[in-house]
Amino acid sequence: MSKYTEDDLREELKTKEYEYGFYTDIESETFPKGLNEDIVRAISQKKEEPEWMTEWRLEAFRIWKDMEEPEWANVTYEKPDFQDISYYSAPNSKPKYDSLDEVDPELLATFDKLGISLDEQKKLAGVAMDVVVDSVSVATTFKETLAEQGIIFMSISEAIKEHPELVKKYIGTVVPQRDNFYAALNSAVFSDGSFCYIPKGVKCPMELSTYFRINQAGTGQFERTLVIADEGSYVSYLEGCTAPSRDENQLHAAVVELIALDDAEIKYSTVQNWFPGNAEGKGGVYNFVTKRGLCETNAKISWTQVETGSAITWKYPSCVLKGNNSVGEFYSIAVTNNYQQADTGTKMIHLGKNTKSTIISKGISAGKSQNSYRGLVQINSRAENARNFSQCDSLLMGNECGAHTFPYIETKNQTAQIEHEATTSKIGEDQIFYCNQRGIDTEKAIALIVNGFSKEVLNKLPMEFAVEAQKLLEISLEGSVG
Amino acid sequence: MDLKEKLLSSFLVFENQAEIDSYVNNVRNDAIKTFEEKGFPTKKDEAWKYTSLNRLLKEDYSVFPKQENALEYRDVKKYFIHEIDSYKIVFIDGKYSSHLSATTHDGLDVCLMSAALTKPKYRLVIENYFNKAATDDSLSSLNTAFSKEGAYVYIPKGKVIEKPIQIIHFSTGDESATMLQPRNLIVVEENSHVQIIERHQSLTGNPVLTNSVTEMFAKKRAIIDYYKIQNDGDNASLIDNTFIKQKRESIASVHTFSFGGKLTRNNLNFYQEGQRIDSTLKGVTIIGNKQHVDHNTLVHHIEPNCESHQDYKGIFADNATGVFNGKVVVEKEAQKTNAFQANNNILVSDKATINTKPQLEIFADDVKCSHGCTVGQLDESALFYMRTRGIPEKEAKALLMYAFSNNVLSSVKIPELKRRITKIIANQLGVDIGFDL
Repeated sequence: MSKYTEDDLREELKTKEYEYGFYTDIESETFPKGLNEDIVRAISQKKEEPEWMTEWRLEAFRIWKDMEEPEWANVTYEKPDFQDISYYSAPNSKPKYDSLDEVDPELLATFDKLGISLDEQKKLAGVAMDVVVDSVSVATTFKETLAEQGIIFMSISEAIKEHPELVKKYIGTVVPQRDNFYAALNSAVFSDGSFCYIPKGVKCPMELSTYFRINQAGTGQFERTLVIADEGSYVSYLEGCTAPSRDENQLHAAVVELIALDDAEIKYSTVQNWFPGNAEGKGGVYNFVTKRGLCETNAKISWTQVETGSAITWKYPSCVLKGNNSVGEFYSIAVTNNYQQADTGTKMIHLGKNTKSTIISKGISAGKSQNSYRGLVQINSRAENARNFSQCDSLLMGNECGAHTFPYIETKNQTAQIEHEATTSKIGEDQIFYCNQRGIDTEKAIALIVNGFSKEVLNKLPMEFAVEAQKLLEISLEGSVG
Repeated sequence: MDLKEKLLSSFLVFENQAEIDSYVNNVRNDAIKTFEEKGFPTKKDEAWKYTSLNRLLKEDYSVFPKQENALEYRDVKKYFIHEIDSYKIVFIDGKYSSHLSATTHDGLDVCLMSAALTKPKYRLVIENYFNKAATDDSLSSLNTAFSKEGAYVYIPKGKVIEKPIQIIHFSTGDESATMLQPRNLIVVEENSHVQIIERHQSLTGNPVLTNSVTEMFAKKRAIIDYYKIQNDGDNASLIDNTFIKQKRESIASVHTFSFGGKLTRNNLNFYQEGQRIDSTLKGVTIIGNKQHVDHNTLVHHIEPNCESHQDYKGIFADNATGVFNGKVVVEKEAQKTNAFQANNNILVSDKATINTKPQLEIFADDVKCSHGCTVGQLDESALFYMRTRGIPEKEAKALLMYAFSNNVLSSVKIPELKRRITKIIANQLGVDIGFDL
C-alpha cells in the first residue's frame, strides 16, 4: 500500500464506474422469498441451532411483526418490501477448509479482485480474517495463534454451537430484540456474523478483521456481531465492506454489540464502501445498522468509521457509559456524492460517574446528496462530573447538496460539562487558487483539502485501514469538482 | 369535555357574534378546521419532544372572560417601564383597558386589533398582512380562529418612533382558570424604526394559559426592536408564537427575558425575504422551582447575503427545565449567508434539566454557519478569587451569572428597560446589588 502514489490515484480516478462492481456466480442455496415463522425456524434449523436460539429468534420475529418502519430519519427512499427478500443464502460448497487449496477457486478469485488475497494478508499485516461471503464463514485464519491466548474469534453460528453459555449470556443485552424495527428484524433472521471473546487481562496481539460482502442478487444480508472484552483486556476490531454492483436495492440491517467489562478497551473501526448506486441514483445498498457498546467501570469503547458507500445510510454507533470512569469515543467521516443520503451520528448515554465522551464527526457532501449528523448526548442525574465534547463539521461541494445537523443534548446533572460545536463551510476559492498557483490541479487540490479536513478521524484508524480509507475518500469524490 | 372540544364548540358561539367580514371570517374558519384536524401538539411531535402540554390542558379554562375588570394604575405601575414616556396598549383579561392605555392615530397607528379587524379604513392592511406570516401549526391556527383582540401597530414610511410602545396583558383571573388568545399585528414600512416592549402579567394565583400570536412585517430598511419580558406568576403559562417577515436590508431583533411562569414556550420564527437582512434572536432565561422554559427558534434564510445571530443563555435552579431547539435553514439560493447560533447553559441544581438541540439544515455551499452549545458550571477559581477579595459567596455567584448573561443584555437599546431587567435578574438571583454600578 505504501507504494501507492498520486499518479496511481489519477489512473484510478479515470475509471469512473464502481471498481468493485462484479458478481461471482457461486451456486447458492437460497430460501424462497418472504418472511414468516417457518422461515425463521428454517434459518435456525439450517444453522443447527439449539432450541433457545430458535425461541429467541421467534420472539424477535413476533416483536418485529408489530413494529412499524421508522420514518424520522432525514432520508427518502422507496421502502423495501420485506416479503420480497430471501432471508438465507449460503455458498454451496460447504465451508470448513483446512487450507486455502480446498477453497472454491472462483471464490478465491473474488478475493483477489477485492485485493485481499488471504495469503498476502496473512503474511503482510498479521491480520486474522474471518471472511464472510454471503452469510457463511468460509475461511478463518490465525485461529490457532489466537486460541493460544484463549481468544475466541469465530463466526457467530459456530459460537452458538461451541460457546452457547457466552452467547446466551450476552446476546441481546446491549441491543435488545425490541430495540428498533431493524434490530428486531435482524434478531429474527440474522444469518451469520462474527463472535469475539477476549479473556481477562489479555491484550489481543493482532487487529481482528472481518470483511462483509453482499454477493447474491436479491439477498438481504443480516449480520450479527458480538464482541466481548473481559476484564482488563484489549481488542481492536476492523470491519470493511465492498459490494457488487446491482440494479435492485439491497437491504442490509446489521446489529453489532460490544461489551467492555471492567478496565477493558474495544476499538471498533469500520470502512464502509458499499455500492452507492450509479450517478443517476439508481440501485445501491440500503444500510440500516444498529451498533451499540456497553462500558463497565473504567472501560473504553472507541468507534471509528469511514462511510463512503450505500445509497441510504442510517447508522448511529452508540456507547452506554454505565460504569464509573468509562470512556466513549466516536470518530466519523461520512462522504456522500451523487444521490446518496446519509443520516448518521452517535449516542452517548452517560450513566456512571466521571464518564467522558468525545464526538468528532466530519460530513462531506457533493453532487445531489444529503448528509445529516444526528447525535444524542444524554447525562443522567447520577452521572456526576460527566464530560462531553462534540464537534461536527460539514463540507459542502456544489450547490445541490445539503448538510444537516441534529444534535440532541439532554442534561440532568449540574456537574456536567458539555461542549458542542458545528460548522458548515465550503472549500475556499483562495485555497484552491493557492494550490493551482503552486501547480497542483484542482482535482488534486480538493483531495488534499478533503484529506486535511478529515485528518482528525483518519488518524484514529489503524495504519492499513487509514491508507485504504484515504483512497476511498478520493474515489468517492471524483468528478464532484465544479 | 376536554379542552379541544370545548374550544371547538366555543368557536360556533364566537362565529355567530363575529361581524361578517368575509376575509377575516374565512381565515378564521379555515384556521379552526386546521386546529380540529391537528389538535394540541403532543410529545410525539418532534418540535414538542421535551415540552408536554398535558398538565396545562387538564384545567377547565373559561375561553371568554365573563366580566370586565378594572385596575388602578398605581397598583400595576410596577409592571410598566414607567420612567419613560411611551405609547401603551393594555389589556385586562383580554379586554382593552382604555383607562391604562395611551394609543395614537397621529401619523401612525398604535391601536387595537378589534378596531383594525372591523373598520373599513384598515381593510387593505388587514387583507395584505393578517395571517400572512403565521404558519398553520395547531396552536397558531387556534389563535387565528379566535383572533379578535390585541395590539395593532402600523408605522408608515420613513418614520422613526421616538417613544417605545408597551404592550401589556394583565390577567386578573376571577374565573378559576382563564385562557387568553391575544393577536398582535405590527407592520413597519420602509425606513421606519420602532421599539416595542411586550409583557404578560398575571395578578392572580389561578391558572392562566395564554396562547399568543404576534405577526411582524419589516419592510425595506425598516428597524424593529422587540423585547419580551416573561416574569409571570407560578400558575401562569404562556405559549408565544412570533412570526417576523423581513424585506431587504431590514434589521429585526427579538430579545426574550424569561424569569417566571409555570410553562413558557417561545416559538420564534424569522423569514428573510430579501438580501442583506440582519436578524437577531437573543434570550436570557433564569428560572427555578418547577418552571419550564422552552425556546423554539427558526431562522429561514431564503435570499443571499443575509445574517442571523442567535444567543441564548440559561441558568436553571431547583427542578427547573430548560429547552432550546434552534433551527437554521439555509435555502439553495441563500449563498453568502452568515448564520451564528449559540446556546450556553448553567445548571445550579442536581434536579434541573436542560435539553438542547441546535439544528442546521443547509442547502447552499457558500455559507458560513456555525453553532455552539455548552452546559457547564461557574468557574471555581473565579469564585475563589472574589471571595478572597471579601465578596460573599452568594454575591460572587450572582456576579458571575450576571456576567454570563451580559452578552444578551448589552444589546438592549432602551436604558430604562435594561436597568429594569438588571433589577429583575438581581432579584432572581437573590441578591441586592446593582450590577451596573
